[in-house]
Amino acid sequence: MNNEHNTYLGLVFGAIKTLLIGMKTSIKVYFRKKVTEQYPENRKELKMFDRFRGTLTMPHNEKNEHHCIACGLCQIACPNDTIKVISKNIETEDGKKKRILDRYEYNLGSCMFCMLCVNACPHDAITFDQDFEHAVFDKSKLILKLNHEGSKVEEKKKEQ
Amino acid sequence: MFDFSIVTNWVHSTLTSVMPEGWAVLIECVVIAVWIITLYALLAIALIYMERKVCGFFQCRLGPNRVGKWGCFQVFADVLKMLTKEIFNPKNADQFLYNLAPFLVIIASFLTFSCLPINKGASILDFNVGVFFLLAASSIGVLGILLAGWGSNNKYSLIGAMRSGAQIVSYELSAGLSIMTAVVLTGTMSFSGIIEYQADGWLIFKGHIPAIIAFLTYLVAGNAECNRGPFDLPEAESELTAGYHTEYSGMHFGFFYLAEYLNMFIIAAVAATIFLGGWMPLHIGGLDGFNAVMDFIPGFVWYFAKAFFVVFLLMWIKWTFPRLRIDQLLSFEWKYLMPLCMANLLLMTLMVVFGLHF
Repeated sequence: MNNEHNTYLGLVFGAIKTLLIGMKTSIKVYFRKKVTEQYPENRKELKMFDRFRGTLTMPHNEKNEHHCIACGLCQIACPNDTIKVISKNIETEDGKKKRILDRYEYNLGSCMFCMLCVNACPHDAITFDQDFEHAVFDKSKLILKLNHEGSKVEEKKKEQ
Repeated sequence: MFDFSIVTNWVHSTLTSVMPEGWAVLIECVVIAVWIITLYALLAIALIYMERKVCGFFQCRLGPNRVGKWGCFQVFADVLKMLTKEIFNPKNADQFLYNLAPFLVIIASFLTFSCLPINKGASILDFNVGVFFLLAASSIGVLGILLAGWGSNNKYSLIGAMRSGAQIVSYELSAGLSIMTAVVLTGTMSFSGIIEYQADGWLIFKGHIPAIIAFLTYLVAGNAECNRGPFDLPEAESELTAGYHTEYSGMHFGFFYLAEYLNMFIIAAVAATIFLGGWMPLHIGGLDGFNAVMDFIPGFVWYFAKAFFVVFLLMWIKWTFPRLRIDQLLSFEWKYLMPLCMANLLLMTLMVVFGLHF
């Protein structure tokens, strides 16, 4: 079998066969549906792929609650100092001191979308969404506050 | 089938009736020259647009689609841009050769272009050794490429030109031998004679096995002769920036670009003329009704349809295969393609001698 590919004619016929395989593949691509996205025209129906990293967001549930416990691991993980977790201490009803999130500041202008913050978060409080239209006229508009107004951390349900 | 020579004869007799023959011939020459240049430019625009679209489709893209509907004015915009750009002369370059080179390339391309018989009686240059003339004229182009490489005072240009020279000179043998195979069968070297021979069946059907082999080898050799992929290593972007036309700008670069595309068209058109019957409609023996319907389609439509079909084949090849290395390229020609062409020529000769063709 091995000899067949080393002879002169074996090489010729092998080459012709592989060339025809290549041409068959490319003509299939020729008639395939094109992958080009015509972006400004298809803004409405444009859907980015699932793992696309658009903007960092903090998902809130319908009761305006998030998962962030203000541990600051994302701030430590960030190589660009993009995230600032500002926390405050409060006293709960049963007299315990507790640290809760006050402001979660995210500077879109210095973010490089490495996703280290999302990976560092122990509570899956932050994630990237699909929104990529980031252009603004003023640099200060790039500093976003991710926790909503009046939101609070979602209390863990007592098990049993 | 409409014979275009009726029109040309009428023009000639009308002109000679009002002026001496010398003036009439001069006026006809000027008209023909303008016609060649116009057709050349229009075909170049059509080919560049086709190339960009076909390339896009082969890469699962849409190709140009912003300037005009489906991007059909993209190439016009590019041509306007090219015309307004500065023509640049590098320092220490051989100015005369540097400026001469693009004209040599385009003149060779014009000369070969004028050999193509577009319709019955509408061939501009047609004489008894037309095939020889075509091969000779097309090899002037390599001179222009070598001058461009030498005159540019640039190592990339020189390497590109040397590669191109080696490549074109080598592959001309295969191209010539494949055409000779067809000449053996038809017994004539004039293009009109070759087409007349195919009136009752295209050569690729009449000559069956050797004609098909000759058609394929001609496509490969022709593709290499006009420096197109996978044989585009004279202008391999990754190693030589742009090869022999690295230093050229503006319309001087445009001439190289035009000549490259038109040479591809010429290769396709010659293949269509010699092997696919040129402007001859598709005739199937015994089906008189079908043949009569086919005769209604004008010759130039058949001609351009066949030529553009072959152009599509060439583009398909170009956008499928990766570029060869120079030693692979030359060993392919000398060890595989040329022996195949010679064996094929022998096979065709034997077939003609023993009358085995249709």
